[in-house]
Amino acid sequence: MELAVSIITGLMIIGALYAIHAKDLLSSVIACGIVGYSLVICFLLLKAPDLAIVQIVVDTITLIIMVAVVLDSSREEPFSKPDIQGYVSSITAILLMAVLLYFFIISIQSLDVLGKSSLRMAYHYIEEAAQKTGSANLVTGVVFDFRGYDTMGEAVVLVTAVLGVLTILRLKGKK
Amino acid sequence: MTLVVKKTTQLIAGMIFMYGIYVIVHGHLTPGGGFAGGVVMAGSLIVIILANGTDFLKLVKEKTGTTIIESLATIMVIMIAVAGFIFGTKIFFNNFLPKGIVGHLVSAGVLPLYNIFVGAEVAASIFIIFLSLIIFKEESGE
Repeated sequence: MELAVSIITGLMIIGALYAIHAKDLLSSVIACGIVGYSLVICFLLLKAPDLAIVQIVVDTITLIIMVAVVLDSSREEPFSKPDIQGYVSSITAILLMAVLLYFFIISIQSLDVLGKSSLRMAYHYIEEAAQKTGSANLVTGVVFDFRGYDTMGEAVVLVTAVLGVLTILRLKGKK
Repeated sequence: MTLVVKKTTQLIAGMIFMYGIYVIVHGHLTPGGGFAGGVVMAGSLIVIILANGTDFLKLVKEKTGTTIIESLATIMVIMIAVAGFIFGTKIFFNNFLPKGIVGHLVSAGVLPLYNIFVGAEVAASIFIIFLSLIIFKEESGE
C-alpha cells in the first residue's frame, strides 16, 4: 500500500508542476484537478472515507467554479523572460532548501519513533469514545464532543467566508 | 443545455439530495457527517442550476432565502452548545440528552442535532457562494 501511495503522490507532484508551468490557464485548472482526485484515492487507501467524500465533492464544485472563472478571463498567463532578479531568487530558494533539509535530517534523528508518544491521546479516544459519546462513528464523536470548539470554529469560519464573498462581489452597494 | 441533460439531471438531482440527507442523519453511525452531507446537498442544487439555468430574479430571491437558512443554522449550533450550560453539568458542548444504545439511529444524545444543523449550514454556505458568483456575472454584464 505504501508503494501505491508513493506512486500517487508522485503523480500529484507532476500535476502540480504542470499546473504552474502551463501557458493555457484552462489546462492549468484541469491539472489542479489531478492533485485533488489523486488525494481522494490516497484517502481511500489510507482508510479515511469521511475525508474522501468531502474531498471528491468539494474538488468537483471548485473545479466548476474555477473553469467558469477562467473561461471568463483572457485564459493566458502573462509570460516574461527570466531576468537577473529571477536567477538570484531561484538560487536563494535552492540554497535555503538545502540548509533546511540539512537541519531537518539532524532534528529527525533526535525524535521518537513516529506515533509513539504523540498518539497516546488517539489510543484513549479509540478505546473510550464509543462509550463516552454513544456514537458508533468515532470521527463524529471526536469532532462534535471532545473537539467541539474546533467544529464551532470551522462553522464560523465558513460563515465569515460567505460574508466576505457577499461583501466583495456586491456591485449595487459600491456605486 | 440539451433536453437529454436537462431530463437526466431532473431525475438524478432528487436522489443526490436524498443521499446527502442520509449521510447527515446517519452521521453518528456510518462514515460522513454534517460537512460531507452538506456538501453533497449543495452539489445537487448546483447541478440543477448548471443544467437548466434559471432567470436572474429567481436566483436573487433564492439567495435571500438561503442566507436566512445559513444564519439560523449557525445560531442553532451555538444555541445547542449553550444549552449544555443550562442542563446537567455546566460545560460548553455538554452532551445533555440520554445516550441510548450504541448503533441505533436515535442515540448519541445531541450529536445528531449538531450534524443536522452543521449540514444545513454547510449546504447553504456553498450554495450561496455559487449563487453570488452567477449573480455578480449577470449584474456586471448589464
